[in-house]
Amino acid sequence: MARLIVGPFNRVEGDLEVRLEVVDGQVQSAHINSPMYRGFEQILLKKPAMDALIYVPRICGICSVSQSVASARALADAMGVTPPPNGARVTNLMLATENMADHLTHFYLFFMPDFARPVYAQQPWHAAVQDRFTAMQGRHARLALAARQRLFTLLGTLGGKWPHTQSIQPTGSSRAVEAAERVRLLARVREFRAFLEQTLFAAPLEQISAIDSEAALRQWYATAAPDSGDFRLFLTLAWQLELDRMGPGPGRYMSNGSYPSPDGGLTFARGIWDQVSDKVQALDTDSISEDATHAWLSDAGGARHPADGLTVPDIDKPDAYTWNKAPRLDGRVIETGALARQLVDAHPLIRDAAMRCGGTVYTRVLARLLELARVVPAMEEWIKNLRTDEPYFVAHALPDDAVGMGLTEAARGSLGHWIAIRKGKISNYQIIAPTSWNFSPRDAQGVPGALEAALVGAAVLPGEDTPVSVQHIVRSFDPCMVCTVH
Amino acid sequence: MASETFSRKTPAFNVLWLQSGGCGGCSMSLLCADTPDFFGALSDADINMLWHPSLSIESGADAVRIMQACIDGRIPLHALCVEGSMLRGPNGTGRFHILAGTGKPMIEWVQALAAVAHYTVAVGTCAAYGGITAAGGNPTDACGLQYEGDQIGGLLGAAYRSGTGLPVINVAGCPTHPNWVLETLMALAADLFDASQMDALGRPRFYADHLVHHGCTRNEYYEFKASAEKPSDLGCMMENMGCKGTQVHADCNTRLWNGDGSCTRGGYACISCTEPGFEEPGHSFHVTPKIAGIPIGLPTDMPKAWFVALASLSKSATPKRVRENATADHLKILPAIRKTRLK
Repeated sequence: MARLIVGPFNRVEGDLEVRLEVVDGQVQSAHINSPMYRGFEQILLKKPAMDALIYVPRICGICSVSQSVASARALADAMGVTPPPNGARVTNLMLATENMADHLTHFYLFFMPDFARPVYAQQPWHAAVQDRFTAMQGRHARLALAARQRLFTLLGTLGGKWPHTQSIQPTGSSRAVEAAERVRLLARVREFRAFLEQTLFAAPLEQISAIDSEAALRQWYATAAPDSGDFRLFLTLAWQLELDRMGPGPGRYMSNGSYPSPDGGLTFARGIWDQVSDKVQALDTDSISEDATHAWLSDAGGARHPADGLTVPDIDKPDAYTWNKAPRLDGRVIETGALARQLVDAHPLIRDAAMRCGGTVYTRVLARLLELARVVPAMEEWIKNLRTDEPYFVAHALPDDAVGMGLTEAARGSLGHWIAIRKGKISNYQIIAPTSWNFSPRDAQGVPGALEAALVGAAVLPGEDTPVSVQHIVRSFDPCMVCTVH
Repeated sequence: MASETFSRKTPAFNVLWLQSGGCGGCSMSLLCADTPDFFGALSDADINMLWHPSLSIESGADAVRIMQACIDGRIPLHALCVEGSMLRGPNGTGRFHILAGTGKPMIEWVQALAAVAHYTVAVGTCAAYGGITAAGGNPTDACGLQYEGDQIGGLLGAAYRSGTGLPVINVAGCPTHPNWVLETLMALAADLFDASQMDALGRPRFYADHLVHHGCTRNEYYEFKASAEKPSDLGCMMENMGCKGTQVHADCNTRLWNGDGSCTRGGYACISCTEPGFEEPGHSFHVTPKIAGIPIGLPTDMPKAWFVALASLSKSATPKRVRENATADHLKILPAIRKTRLK
C-alpha cells in the first residue's frame, strides 16, 4: 500500500489537501483535509446582529452573494418578515448572476483545463480541448472570462460591486432599480445568453433545457460534429473517458430549493431525492446535525443541531484531520450541488442520467451546464417583472431576542445559516456550507463523507503524485473550501 | 496578438500568487477587470503568472516545485502577491493554515518567498493590515504582511524590504478593485513604480490620494445634509447610516466597480474597507455614531465648528425637492424645467 498526500490542490476555491491510500493502482481510502481555519463563527459572537451582513459575505469571495442571502434570510426569519416582491426578484437576480458566473468559471477555468494535459495527448479530441481550454491561454477560456466580466456588471448596477455587496437586506434591497435600468440589465443578460448559445451550447438555451432523456441527449449530440460547441465537446470526452463511472455519489441528494417567487413558490424545488426509491421526500431541517469527531474542533456534547452548534478550536485532538465538521442529515451522508438541485426538481434528463449511472463526474458537470440553460431565461423574466412603482425595501425592526434560520442554494449546493440573538447581539452563529456536506470528514461512526467515498476506486497511474482521475473527481464537486472552514 | 511581434527588452515579470487567511475574493474581483481579454492584458504588460491557485494548471507537487525553485533562486521571483491575512496562531505556530501537501505553515512559505522577491505586494486589506479575519477576538491571531491594523510590523516586521528596497505595497480594499491590482502590477513590471508613489500606509497613491466621497452621486444631498433614513433611500448616508466616504482613501466613485457600481451607488454606506482596522468600527456598521446629534466622524480636513455651522445653514436652505427625494427610493420631485432660457 502506498500513501499519497496531494496538495496544494488548486483550481478549487481555497485550501485542500487529499490523503490517499493506494493499492494496485487504485485509491483504497481517502481523507479530505481543509487545512485553513479563519473562525467566522467565533468572530461574529457579540456583534450587533445586523453587522452579520457585513461579515458573512466575506466568508467567501466566490459565492459571497449566497452568504449574504443566507444571512439576510436568517435575520428575516428572526424578524418574522419576508421582503417585498421587488426585493425578492432583485435578490434572485443577484444570486443567479453569481451562480451562473460560478458555473461558467468552474467549467472553463477549473474543470476543463485538466483534459488539456499531456496524459490525454493521444485522444482524438485533445487538440480541440487544448486550443479552447489550456490554462491561461485557451481561446474559449478567455472568451468565457470576458463573458463573466460583462455578466458581473449586473451586480455593479444591482449591488454596487461584487464580491461583498451589502445591498441585500432582510427586507429587500438597498438599491431600487429604475425603469431605464431594466433595459440595460436585460441587454446584459442577453449578451451572456449569446455567449452561451454561440460558444458553450451551439444551440438555443430552450433547446438544451428541453432535452428530456439521455436518449434525446444522444440524438441532439449526433446532429453536429463532436466538437461543435463546448458542451458537445465535453460530452464527447465524458462518454469516451467513462466519466459516467467516475466518482460515485452517496445516492442521497439534498436541495434547499432556490429562487423563490413572490407567490411563495420555488423555481427549483426543496427536498431530498433518493436514488434507490427514485422519490423526493420533504427536507426536515431539524434532522441536520454536525459531528466534530474528526475536526480540530471541540466535539463536546456529540453531534449537534446547528441552532445549538459549537465552534471552538482544539488543534491537538487525536484522530482529527481537518477543520471541517461532518454534517449529516438524519445521521446520513448526503451530496448537494447542481446535480442535487436538478434531481430534486425532477429535471427528466438529469433524473434519467442519474438512474443509469448515479452521481458521477459526468452527471455533476451535466447538471451544472443544464442550470445555465434553465436559469438565464428565468433571469430575463425577473428583470421584466421588476415594478418600478413598487418598493424594493420595507422598514422593519429586529427584535432584541430571537433566533433565525436562513436557507439558500449557492452554486455548489445547500447553504444554511443559523443565528441566535440576545439583547441585540449575536449569541450564536453557525454556518453549514455546501462543501461542508460534500467534503465532510468521517463521523463518529467512521462513515466517510461524500467525496471521501467517491474517491475510492479512482485510478492512480504509474508515476503520478497528483493523480489526474482524483483531480477530475474532486473538481466535479466544484468545492469551496473557504466556505467550508469559514 | 499584435504585441507578440514586438521584441522584448526585459524578461517577463514573474508573479507568484499565494492565498492565506482570506476569502479568495480579491482574486475573483481581479478577474472582473474591465478588459475583453484578461490573460492578454497580463501578457501585453509582460506579466507572467508563474503560479496562481485559481488559474494555473500545476497542482500538488508541481506547484510546490515552482515555489521551491523561487526560494532556491532557480526562478527569479519579481513579485510575490499575497492575498488573505497571515495566520500566526495558535500560539505563534501558524498551524491555522498549513500549506496543503507540505506540512509547513503558510507563514513560513511567505517569509521564505518574501526574502527572495523583488517586490512584495499585499493584495487586499487582509494581507495589508489583517482585515476582516482579524475582527472580533481575532481567533487566529491574524495580521497583515507588514502591518497589524495601523501598527507597522505584521508578519515580516517593520524593517522588511523586498529586493528592490521597497516595503510591502499594500493594495488595500475588501475586496480590492481589480484595476488597483492590475495597474500596480503593470507599473512594477514596467519599472515605473517607486517609494514616492506609496502613501503613509503603504498604499499606491494613484487610488489612495482620493476620497470615496469624490464623485459620489449623492453629493447634492450631502451639500444640503438631506439624509437617508433607511436602506434604499436616495439621500446622503453620512448623517444616519454610518457612511465614512468623506474620510476614506480610495477612488471608488470615480473608478467604478463592475461597470457602473460603487458602495454608495449600491445604496449602502462606505465602511472604509481600504483603511486599517475597518473590521472593528467600535459601533454598528449601519449606524452613524453621534455626540449631541452631531456625527463624530466628520471630514478629516475641515474644522468641526465650520462643519456644524455650514450643516445647519445648508439644512435650513435645503430645497423641497432634495429634502423629499432624500427619504424616497425614486425621485418624487423632479428638477424644475425653466420656461425661460437659462442664464
